[in-house]
Amino acid sequence: MTDAYIVGVDMIKFGRFPEKTVPQIGAQAALMALDDCGLSIQHMQALYCGNLGQASGMVGQRLLQEIGQTGIPVVNVANACATGATAFREAWASVKAGLYDVVLAVGVEQMGKGLLGGAGGKTGIPKEGLMGSGTMPAVFAEAGMEHARHYGTTFEQFAKVSVKNHHHSTLNPKAMYQIETPLEEVMNAEMISYPNTKLMCSVNVDGSAAAVICSEKKARELGLMDRAIKVRASVLASDPWQERDLVMPDVNSCTQKAAKEAYEMAGLGPDDIDLIELHDCFATAEILHYGNLGICKQEDAGRMIDEGEVALGGRIPVNVSGGLLSKGHPLGATGIANIYEVSTHLRNEAGARQVEGAKIGLTHVIGLGSACAIHVLERAS
Amino acid sequence: MSNQPLPAVPYLKIPGDGSPYLEGQKCGSCGSTFLGERSVCSKCGARDQMSAVTLPNSGKLYSYSIVYRSFPGIEVPYISAIVDLDDGTAIKGNLINVEPDPANIAFDMPVEVVFADALGRKDADGNSYLSYFFQPKT
Ligand SMILES: [Zn+2]
Repeated sequence: MTDAYIVGVDMIKFGRFPEKTVPQIGAQAALMALDDCGLSIQHMQALYCGNLGQASGMVGQRLLQEIGQTGIPVVNVANACATGATAFREAWASVKAGLYDVVLAVGVEQMGKGLLGGAGGKTGIPKEGLMGSGTMPAVFAEAGMEHARHYGTTFEQFAKVSVKNHHHSTLNPKAMYQIETPLEEVMNAEMISYPNTKLMCSVNVDGSAAAVICSEKKARELGLMDRAIKVRASVLASDPWQERDLVMPDVNSCTQKAAKEAYEMAGLGPDDIDLIELHDCFATAEILHYGNLGICKQEDAGRMIDEGEVALGGRIPVNVSGGLLSKGHPLGATGIANIYEVSTHLRNEAGARQVEGAKIGLTHVIGLGSACAIHVLERAS
Repeated sequence: MSNQPLPAVPYLKIPGDGSPYLEGQKCGSCGSTFLGERSVCSKCGARDQMSAVTLPNSGKLYSYSIVYRSFPGIEVPYISAIVDLDDGTAIKGNLINVEPDPANIAFDMPVEVVFADALGRKDADGNSYLSYFFQPKT
């Protein structure tokens, strides 16, 4: 099988664009990714389009109405918060399999403000607040408290994730928020679902990100290897059976499974990774994944944040983009936005937040329900 | 409209005579228990091995969150709790009769299942509902 490379990748600065349609928001990133490699829509042999909010709305085809209806096959993808990464992976697989030489993957989302989560079924009575909470801040708080019960992780350690990621965001002009938040401010912010305060929850925003994926032969032919990023591994996992699945969505076992398979596919281990963009939808979530991705033992996750090992300049910087906590979390776009961030470092184009000498990076997203997508990326030249 | 309260979830059973109880399904092949009806085991994949079991009314607190922000009209704060019942079945619900403060909540604290009106909630037809809650075991 051929190797597949990212030759063009970009994201728009996330924000709120109620005056635009979903395809219009997606079209912006698509054009930016094409411009990043100097190709046009006429070069693209297929489009893989990730969007959750209008999953039955043929967003990919409508996106082509914005940027060029060339008649190529369009696959619309929905996979919770792993939607963008899944669209990217489908695009990667099509190149890897030799079906196409160059394809486009787009992730796009337009979100409302407010709480996400299930309000219960349509019949009978509402279950929220009667049988616990199905809101996302509470669900991820419970997952964090599970880590606390096993490893003694503290409210303060969870809060430090927000301090770190918000600090990183001040170096990223594409983050929705670029504001420092000292520890007391994070801990004293409005409590949403203990231990997640308002500053420990990701921001609902609109956004899009896109990538052009190319076979090695075609990338060489087009003279695009200089800035190309090799996809060393692409893995998607669903959640294997766990005893509390029915009441506690599991983000751990699918991440562990995907990470193990990704390291095997890439032929390397966690020690080889120079930076990580992972799914910090809530501050409690980030801590879980240090151990799940194998960059430390589960019981050392709190120490990793205490000692700055996961901060820019530390042993293995995590979420130097500012993460979902500050960059924002447009569900369908997030997976490709993470790929954009890591690619930008591998290209040594990340400016003030550049992870020095970064050669290999990892991206991770989790869609509750659950879907985990991991990509291992490497600078080609 | 029913004269009697209806169960808030299908796995809460209200017998004509006797006390309400929670019902699970146990896999005859691997022994796993599940809340709610099913015909195939999601752990081992066995088909048609499920049989109904009455779940115990006591367990231990596994994890929780104290919810301060919920949907409009939902009274806060409250404790959203994951409980492991004594037979290993995991169940989620409100932990009541405890001040919602982490200082008062310990992992593995023994809790019991109690049945009570569903916080006054009624459906579109005006029916009342019976729900379950957890409270510290006395
Ligand atoms: Zn079974």
